[in-house]
Amino acid sequence: MRRALAHILWPKWQTARVRVRQQRRAGSTRVLVIAGVGMLFWFGVFGVVYRILQYFRGIEEIGPLLAGKLLGLVLLAFLSILLLSNVITALSSFFLAKDLDILVAAPVDWLHFYLGKLGETLLHSSWMVGLMAVPIFAAYGVSYGGGWLFVPLILVLFVPLLIIPAVLGSAVTLVLVNVFPARRTRDLLSVIAIGAAGLLVLMLRIVRPEQLMRPEGFRNLLDFITLLRTPTSPFLPSEWTTNGIMSLLVGSFDVQPVVLLWTTVGAFLVFGAMLHAWLYPRGFTRGQEGAERFVKGWIWQTVLAPIVRPLAVSKREFIIKDLKLFFRDPTQWSQLILLAVLVVIYLFNIRALPLFTGERVPFFLVTVISFLNLGLAGFVLASIAARFIFPSISLEGRQMWLLRSSPLDLRALLWSKYWTGTLPLLVLALIITVLTNILLQVSPFMMWVSVATIVLLTLAISALALGFGAVFPQFDTENAAQIPTSYGGLVFMMTTIALLAAVIVVEAVPVSGYVRASFRGEPIAIDAHMIGAFALAAAICIVATVVPLRVGLNRMEEFEF
Amino acid sequence: MIKLERLTKRYGKLTAVDHLDLHIPRGELFGFLGPNGAGKTTTLRMIAGILRPSEGRVWIGGDDLMQEPMSAKQRLGFIPDRPYVYEKLTGAEFLRFVAGLYGQDGDMVERRIEELLELFELTAWKNELVEAYSHGMRQKLIISSALIHRPECIVVDEPMVGLDPKGARLLKDIFREFVDRGGTVLMSTHTLEVAEAVCDRIAIIQAGQVIASGSMAELREHAASGSASLEELFLKLTGGVAERELARVLEG
Repeated sequence: MRRALAHILWPKWQTARVRVRQQRRAGSTRVLVIAGVGMLFWFGVFGVVYRILQYFRGIEEIGPLLAGKLLGLVLLAFLSILLLSNVITALSSFFLAKDLDILVAAPVDWLHFYLGKLGETLLHSSWMVGLMAVPIFAAYGVSYGGGWLFVPLILVLFVPLLIIPAVLGSAVTLVLVNVFPARRTRDLLSVIAIGAAGLLVLMLRIVRPEQLMRPEGFRNLLDFITLLRTPTSPFLPSEWTTNGIMSLLVGSFDVQPVVLLWTTVGAFLVFGAMLHAWLYPRGFTRGQEGAERFVKGWIWQTVLAPIVRPLAVSKREFIIKDLKLFFRDPTQWSQLILLAVLVVIYLFNIRALPLFTGERVPFFLVTVISFLNLGLAGFVLASIAARFIFPSISLEGRQMWLLRSSPLDLRALLWSKYWTGTLPLLVLALIITVLTNILLQVSPFMMWVSVATIVLLTLAISALALGFGAVFPQFDTENAAQIPTSYGGLVFMMTTIALLAAVIVVEAVPVSGYVRASFRGEPIAIDAHMIGAFALAAAICIVATVVPLRVGLNRMEEFEF
Repeated sequence: MIKLERLTKRYGKLTAVDHLDLHIPRGELFGFLGPNGAGKTTTLRMIAGILRPSEGRVWIGGDDLMQEPMSAKQRLGFIPDRPYVYEKLTGAEFLRFVAGLYGQDGDMVERRIEELLELFELTAWKNELVEAYSHGMRQKLIISSALIHRPECIVVDEPMVGLDPKGARLLKDIFREFVDRGGTVLMSTHTLEVAEAVCDRIAIIQAGQVIASGSMAELREHAASGSASLEELFLKLTGGVAERELARVLEG
């Protein structure tokens, strides 16, 4: 059985090896940058969790309870993410993957097929959570002196937490595909998953978890301890893993969670395999059905045509095409739900700042927060540009034969892509900045500085996303959501952060002059320093707009297919 | 109409197309044959402007593709071997988009779309997303897109793949009619019967070089093979008649 299973998984393993080899050949800088950022992230997470745990250790009696509660919350979040991601991944690996025709036609035993595909689903959907868990567990191990047995026991306690959602997620997908066609299920799932994730994040923020850290908010200490002792739910595997780990770190190791976890894994595997044997053949057949959809294109033509009429034909058709592709693909437009959640949370956080609770907040603090908010808003815009603008060139990959063989001027293509991405980003940037400034009640001077800066920054961020997207294209990737996580996406984010830092540092000179003058009650002096600094910031943004677009265009001229 | 001058494409140490010279005049249907990996697709993609030659030049209707790409491409319609199109557009929308790439729009384009969809029996599917089309239907849609701007020459890579017999026949008729009206077709194919039946002249390419070219009669003369079929000529010229122990392969 093991040999047969290994045989099914061998092509995947071989593909992964070749990919690693190709990455290595691509140059050591790439490997170093990825490794460097990865290590930085790991150390960052480790540092934060370690500090929190050290703080908890300082609190007598309830310290371990707090640490357990925190771990329980983290593992519960992992479990939810894993369940969602397994449902979506299972759809690809069990029903839409390109190797399915060969595997289903070959005399492969159904159980080997199920276990092979389950393993593939598990790996694809869990690797990120696995990597994220390493520094967190390391922080717990170091803080509480876990010893050498900690590492193998963590594996024994954590691996079931990956297997259970994989089995459950695959089962949910199997049932769904038997109800809807596979392609329709994918659309449906992406919307549900994004909606659920958005709602989860929104709920977590709105319940204001930071209040849990303030015991003074409870009537008495006993209430607080009672709350901490209550398990989130005794039937959740994440709770069993938490109990197992905390018993290992504080007190004596309890075997019961291990037994519970692994017997559940066994039961789930049996249940999953039986369900697979029963429903998969019918589901796979249904999965072959195409999504039959007639589209009423006239709506687009009526709404968009008058707006884009003054443009040249090629630009006009490109913009209409890009918008249609975006809004007809639920995996794309559903991301807007997350975006809306992000904006609400952003504004909620500004509103929740303890600025207007008591006495009047110093003018200085409001100005500094509003100024630094530019950097934060810029970062949010960069993340959105990475998701929506960065992949836009890569997504043309398969159709590049058409674009390159036609007399289309690539400048027209770049122009259309730039403005289709930039205009919505600009609207969002202005909403975030203006609303934040209104909430903070900033002065008209700061309002103008913020608005002008964010407009220039948005133009530059958009150009950088498009430019880097052309320099590091991912023509093989069909899923737009995977493209920003590539090496090019990383380089784009790092460059954008450098741009944000440069602009903020340059503008800090006139803004600090303004704060000083206001503090002394003097009028704002518009001197050479102020004009020079703002001109320099504008020049940086203009260069960051023009150069990436030029480089991107040159790179596109060299594309070969 | 299409002229290749010492056209070369190198990928590192591999020379896919090696100093290729070819001239296809107006009003000719030219067949491009060769074994797998001979350099046919690479040559066609260079003519279409998708790949940049390492050396040499491509002329389309008197325009140098490198110097005047816009006017050269305006004359050309390209049909690739793999029908990748935007999945979330309908057939009619795709054709409208392609016409836009050639700077055409308005009622004239709308009429042309109706005409082409009717010709390829896609009218019933015109408002359906391409993702629901079969391979053959996509191929028909791409052929329509290559004709939408009324090109002067068509470069086509493996046109018959995925087409039903009726579609294949229609395509042959379209190409013949197109060249009879003064157009030029350069077609790469593995279907030797098609090449033999419709092409005015044929070139056989191997390892990036033309090893034989001319009409069927000229090719027979070249290979000193009296009344051989194109298949026999092809195998003789490309060295493909290797002895194979078929029985052993089939019976195990």
